[in-house]
Amino acid sequence: MSDAKTRLVARAARDILPGMVVNLGIGLPTQVVAHLPPDFPVCLHSENGITGVGPTQSYDDADRNLIDAGGAYVSALPGTAYFDSAVSFALVRGGRLDLTMLGAFEVSAQGDLANWKIPGKFTPGAGGGMELAQKARKVAVLTTHCDRKGQSKILPACTLPLTARACVDRVFTDMAVIDVTPEGLLLREVLEGLTVDAVIAATDADLIIPDGRIPTF
Amino acid sequence: MKFADKTTTIAAAIAQIPDGASVMIGGFGVPGTPFCLIDELVRQGPKNLTIIKNDANEQGMGVDHLLENGQVATLISTHIGLNPRAVGLMNDGTLQVEFCPQGILAERIRAGGAGLHGFLTDIGLDTEMAEGKQRVEVNGQTCIVETALKADFALLHADSADPFGNLCYAATARNFNPLMAMAAGQVIAEAEGIVAMGGIDPNHVHTPGAFVDHVVKLSTLTKEYAVVRR
Repeated sequence: MSDAKTRLVARAARDILPGMVVNLGIGLPTQVVAHLPPDFPVCLHSENGITGVGPTQSYDDADRNLIDAGGAYVSALPGTAYFDSAVSFALVRGGRLDLTMLGAFEVSAQGDLANWKIPGKFTPGAGGGMELAQKARKVAVLTTHCDRKGQSKILPACTLPLTARACVDRVFTDMAVIDVTPEGLLLREVLEGLTVDAVIAATDADLIIPDGRIPTF
Repeated sequence: MKFADKTTTIAAAIAQIPDGASVMIGGFGVPGTPFCLIDELVRQGPKNLTIIKNDANEQGMGVDHLLENGQVATLISTHIGLNPRAVGLMNDGTLQVEFCPQGILAERIRAGGAGLHGFLTDIGLDTEMAEGKQRVEVNGQTCIVETALKADFALLHADSADPFGNLCYAATARNFNPLMAMAAGQVIAEAEGIVAMGGIDPNHVHTPGAFVDHVVKLSTLTKEYAVVRR
């Protein structure tokens, strides 16, 4: 993983507050765990039916019945609970999930999220993404700032089918931390070593630039 | 008082499933997927099935054998991205796939099992997942009507069962199994172990045996149940 991605993941980890119930999506979000102190009080939920997701296990130590929603072999902790899929999503829709961190194909200036379908190319299905995006109390997106072709993933409006409308609160990228506000996208932090102008140039959506020095991460 | 003994052979249990049947299959990835029941369904070969399952497993495993054997007309699922064959069959029009948000699929099955006709939700409201679905206003909130889902058969995987069909699931192998146990006309459970009546503490029963019609003991677990090397 690039240094910038490592820093984005480490920065995102600082938004997990003690006592939260948190769901981490597949990809960059899952790696946030590595940046939490071992004794940090947080309850990780995975939509296949577990709260209290413990550290991932090697092939030799894996329990064949114990995975997270991404298929990784995980472990139980003192206090772990298992439940069925209806209970798992009651927890999500019922407002018990304090924070979810998700990946993205596109995020719009209004906080719309597209991460489940690229028509004609890739239609795997949304899994539990729609409920997570629509119902978690806070929705953070962790993504590279641009796609593999160098195109901005942060757009004035999404071009791909939506996962949920106006759901994203904060975007962590390998260039910046950006908040979705009623006024538009607010640049909060910039990757150390990058200029604000570089972030603006790499972003198709308009950014609101606050006065004064912008913190780095 | 005595309870009915519902243990049977895997061949007899699966022989009930005819061409054109709708079949719910438990599991989320490997855990909770009844691989042996699926293998028997492949061996007996009924066609034109509607399969309802969270995911399409991975290529070479579980539901994929049914797809490879051309037995599935429709797949109702939440995510098939780990099975390139499923994606390919969907893209070339051979397989009809109906996607559901995961918790909505779970709730549609739960509702079907609970004798309800559907429920109201705002999940997916602003997305193409809501296209064509009935909408109603409740307390000023626009909702989608999600219909309940039932099936002719449910195939489940349990960690342990007693002969009456009281079931226990292991860890994250629970997932859709207890929901599907309530939502099908004929419920067939395979179990890794069958204990004597009274061998499961009543406090620890996950699915009451009254929901289950047939119990099949697994003599051996095929390699598909094992930890997948990634």
